[in-house]
Amino acid sequence: MIEVRDLEKIYQMGEETVAALAGVSLTIERGEHVAITGASGSGKSTLMNLLGGLDRPTRGTYRFDGEDVGAFNDDDLADFRNRRIGFVFQSFQLLPRLSALQNVELPMVYAGLPPVERRARAAALLERVGLGARTGHRPTQMSGGQQQRVAIARALANSPDLLLADEPTGALDSQTGQDVLALFRELNAEGLTLLIVTHDAKVADQARRSIVFSDGLIIRDEREPDREAR
Amino acid sequence: MRRADLVTFAARAIIAHPTRSALTSLGVVIGVAAVVMMTSIGLGAQQRVTSAIGGLGSNLLIVSPGASRGPGGGFVSQGAGSGMSLNDDDAEAIGKLDGVAASAPSVRGGAQLASEGANWSTRVEGVTPDYLLARDLTIASGRMFDENEARQGRKVIVIGQTIVTELFGEGSDPIGKRIRVGAVPFEVIGVLESKGQSGFGQDQDDIVLGPLPAVRSRIVGRRVRGDNVQTIYVKAANADDIDRVQEDLSNLLRERHRIRPGQDDDFSVQNMASIMEAMQASVKTFTGLLAAVAAVSLVVGGVGIMNIMLVAVTERTREIGLRMALGARRNDVLFQFALEAITLSVIGGAIGLLLGLGGGVLMAKLGDWPVAIAAWSIPVSLGFSLLVGLVFGAYPSWRAARLDPIEALRRE
Repeated sequence: MIEVRDLEKIYQMGEETVAALAGVSLTIERGEHVAITGASGSGKSTLMNLLGGLDRPTRGTYRFDGEDVGAFNDDDLADFRNRRIGFVFQSFQLLPRLSALQNVELPMVYAGLPPVERRARAAALLERVGLGARTGHRPTQMSGGQQQRVAIARALANSPDLLLADEPTGALDSQTGQDVLALFRELNAEGLTLLIVTHDAKVADQARRSIVFSDGLIIRDEREPDREAR
Repeated sequence: MRRADLVTFAARAIIAHPTRSALTSLGVVIGVAAVVMMTSIGLGAQQRVTSAIGGLGSNLLIVSPGASRGPGGGFVSQGAGSGMSLNDDDAEAIGKLDGVAASAPSVRGGAQLASEGANWSTRVEGVTPDYLLARDLTIASGRMFDENEARQGRKVIVIGQTIVTELFGEGSDPIGKRIRVGAVPFEVIGVLESKGQSGFGQDQDDIVLGPLPAVRSRIVGRRVRGDNVQTIYVKAANADDIDRVQEDLSNLLRERHRIRPGQDDDFSVQNMASIMEAMQASVKTFTGLLAAVAAVSLVVGGVGIMNIMLVAVTERTREIGLRMALGARRNDVLFQFALEAITLSVIGGAIGLLLGLGGGVLMAKLGDWPVAIAAWSIPVSLGFSLLVGLVFGAYPSWRAARLDPIEALRRE
């Protein structure tokens, strides 16, 4: 599904140039559960931003289901993020003035879904993540774990092909973090492709494939098909 | 995305900060209210000018003795020293000109009126019966004196409503009663239809008309000698003719007064139509000036909107980044903020319009100020507030749409 060739991202910092990604090639198949780890500044977040269509590479190609994402214009990229990608952030990024339901509706608003339809789907998604009784609550009236579930429901709104999670448990205590990871595993079992960026080894252990970054390059890429059985 | 959702986003953002939204709109509220009030006052002044000059009589030329001051036929000096170059025969000769409907000579002088214990100080005019036609006056009860009575110097008068009220009490019938004008007793034979206040604020019913010879010799006294008159009111038969009548009249008087070519006239003619035009033009200029000053406050209101929208974009940077990550196109963000600015501005404009109209009505009622609300001020002020929102919302919206989503999401 994802095919990345010699991807480079170079930032100009005054006189110096910094290669956040120094030529990364990577293939991810549909249904995979991938964890990317590495020290901060190793390039893992940069890769995630590129894969999510939030940023453009300096060099290299990025194909998604055979389409050249690098050739997309701004509107194409917006639509790509809207329909094919679901984002989950460390700090949840919910809009505080909207209810849980309205937050989940947001991607569907940008997809142009009529209100009745998207409300029904948002309610179903909140039900799916175990928040069926809290659709009217504001984020401020919820615990961190609940907020992250709302964010996951929102990420699933337009049935994306790929869910990108950036330190999804970073702001949660270990128990609620485990709950969120369990939810991820369930979703993956249902066929959703998952890519989680984390520096937490315990989170990475839950994935079936582990990629380790250092200085903008992949230094290790292991598939552990037996991990799920453990 | 759907347009209705864009409206919802903008409305939610405005409702989220009610106080701030109200204060942001306030500038436009004041600006639009000022523009609406200024144009209403200007239009009111224009209408007052029209009614003031129209109230003197339509198609009217006013001939006075003495040369006009300055070029362009402006206002004239009419006091002593300007000469007594007009007389009854001039008026009669003018009356025979083609296209003249009435030529009414007149003299006037201040006098104390007294009857049955009440008295009233006013100006008494000595006129001929044609005066009513020239000045567009009508008799309400009784009658006007005729040519014979005038010539014979009969001591009869026609009075206005104010005189009736002051001397005999409101609603009473003064016909046949006697009034002492100065030391001379006159008999009231007619009452004029009320004309109310003139556009200049003068009471047009404070009027006493007597036969020209009697008033000239008995009341005006030494200031007007022989058969001289102070003013001749000339009414043209129709409006299109008035300029030609004015020219014929001037030629006639120059000939009668034996004024050689190149020599100054010893009389002057005011054309009320052209005076009205000039006054209306100046009122229009004045209104334009007022409206322009008011429009400046509208622009200041727009700057206020821009300021707050820029603050909002900075404040909501993370929200903008998130919306972009969730699939908002740059134009979706642009339109969301532009619509917010326009909505604030138009709501402000609508409130300002209501305030301006209300203020205009209040000024008309309390301040006795002429106010006329121009119908066009409603769409124009709303249109302008929309424009203000569009222009001053454009830059902040553009800034929002140009944000880098990654940077924006990182912002605290």
